[in-house]
Amino acid sequence: MQQRRTMRAGDQPLVKWTLIGLAIITTLLMLVIPLVLIFDMAFSAGAGNYWDNLTNQYTRHAIGLTLLVAALTVPINLVFGVFLAWLVTRFEFPGRKALITLIDIPFAVSPVVAGLLYLLLYGSNGWIGSWLMDNEVQLMFAWPGIVMVTVFVTCPFVARELIPLMQQQGREEEEAGVVLGATGWQLFRRITLPNIQWALLYGVVLTNARAVGEFGAVSVVSGNIRGETNTLSLHIELLYQDYNVVGSFAAASLLAGIALITIVVKSFVEWRQARQRAPLAELSDGR
Amino acid sequence: MNRSLSGLLPGRSSQPGKRVLPGFALSLGISLFFISVVLILPVTGLIAHTAGMGWDQYWAVITDERVVASYKVTLWTAALASVINALVGLLLAWVLVRYEFPGKRIMDALVDLPFALPTAVAGITLAALFAQDGWYGQYFDLLGIKVSFTPLGIIVAMSFTSLPFVVRTVQPVLEDQAPEDEEAAVSLGASDWTVFRRILFPAIWPALLTGIGLSFCRSLGEFGAIIFIAGNMPYVSEITSLMIFVRLQEFDHAAASAIASVVLMASLLLLLAINLWQARYLRRLHGR
Repeated sequence: MQQRRTMRAGDQPLVKWTLIGLAIITTLLMLVIPLVLIFDMAFSAGAGNYWDNLTNQYTRHAIGLTLLVAALTVPINLVFGVFLAWLVTRFEFPGRKALITLIDIPFAVSPVVAGLLYLLLYGSNGWIGSWLMDNEVQLMFAWPGIVMVTVFVTCPFVARELIPLMQQQGREEEEAGVVLGATGWQLFRRITLPNIQWALLYGVVLTNARAVGEFGAVSVVSGNIRGETNTLSLHIELLYQDYNVVGSFAAASLLAGIALITIVVKSFVEWRQARQRAPLAELSDGR
Repeated sequence: MNRSLSGLLPGRSSQPGKRVLPGFALSLGISLFFISVVLILPVTGLIAHTAGMGWDQYWAVITDERVVASYKVTLWTAALASVINALVGLLLAWVLVRYEFPGKRIMDALVDLPFALPTAVAGITLAALFAQDGWYGQYFDLLGIKVSFTPLGIIVAMSFTSLPFVVRTVQPVLEDQAPEDEEAAVSLGASDWTVFRRILFPAIWPALLTGIGLSFCRSLGEFGAIIFIAGNMPYVSEITSLMIFVRLQEFDHAAASAIASVVLMASLLLLLAINLWQARYLRRLHGR
């Protein structure tokens, strides 16, 4: 590590350590202690009680439903995200920018509004809902509705991770592949996928984290039927309102665990990407 | 672009109509189908629903006293939360980019926690922390400040859930900041504050503003984290998202969709503004 010894703003030890101290205190108060509290509360009645809370019938059902929602949502948004990223980074066409903006809508829309949008359309009074009702298909207040709104709120994640990366990598490698006679699938499998695999992994992990934890949108369309349409997030609310605080933190600790895995994967992905870029940076410096 | 292979190809890939790579029709078809069904169709459903209401009824619903009170609470708490996040975010971004210290990587990773943690979990955690006998609440209680069941609780929840935005928008800009100007200023005797005000702030403020905008937008729509700590008292600590929820539970779908249409329009306009703003300053950044 060769570092310049010239002074920059904030390099005086007093300023530097004051700011670092402030940042550490902020991180502890805003992020670390809340995280500790979740596990402290979850285990506050002992490990046996924690285990009972997680294995009772309703919690088990909520875990199952949450896994089902994630298992359906993640692949759908993975496929969509990859195709959309391929489309907007590999081709020029009118409306390309508008498409990139459109995909951000779920980030901007309040989850309650998102849930309502689906309820209005597919609920028993809705255009499509009333027709479905006549054919005895119920989407709202049932698990398919939960999956639909979860697909809505999580659809930008994969695309948003891939688009900047694929833009930056350019299309030269794939074009070379075409010249050499590769088919579309071979291009994707042999060239694109190895280049984007880590960003893709992070996109999937983010989609998954949001899918298992979505609350606002899901609570509008689920109907909160215990043992039927209760996801883990909704189950947490239900237990909390039943004054079973320890039980609700036990359920919350599972989701907090998934959140921790998510940020570990993110750090790992960033570290991989930095390593992938490092040799390139040296090359361009040496030119 | 001299490394580009596209010059060697029969047609330049950037020219529409002579696309070299396969999959244009397939990816366009899948993307348009998905966006139409998942995003656009539900939004038009809402528009159709509210259009059927008649203007007078619509206006009466969205200007109902309790609903207007909820707009006000949501707006000012979101604004304050964004200001807090601007300060905290700037501090964290600065420390993470400029200094080396033990635990830095962990701090960097933890910044993303609010995005990864489900909002219901954040909600019950903050409610427990700030309860009267909670880890934080007991000290606030000594000072005579109530956080739970007040708008202050809303601000706490909003600041928590949108904390990463400013950090993550300012961080890359600070990293790209070339040291020469700053070194020159410091060697000529400028104070840290002068350097920050004259050199650093002009470079980072567009990114800072984007971060604040995203944070504000997220705070306006936040629901899960807030309802556990806010107490949800009408006129005092009831946010607009909850107002929609309340109308739905009264089976008043028309009123719920009218209020939702206001929220939806506000957030789409904000999203558009942030996008235009970002495009403008990115152009300026690359055009120099």
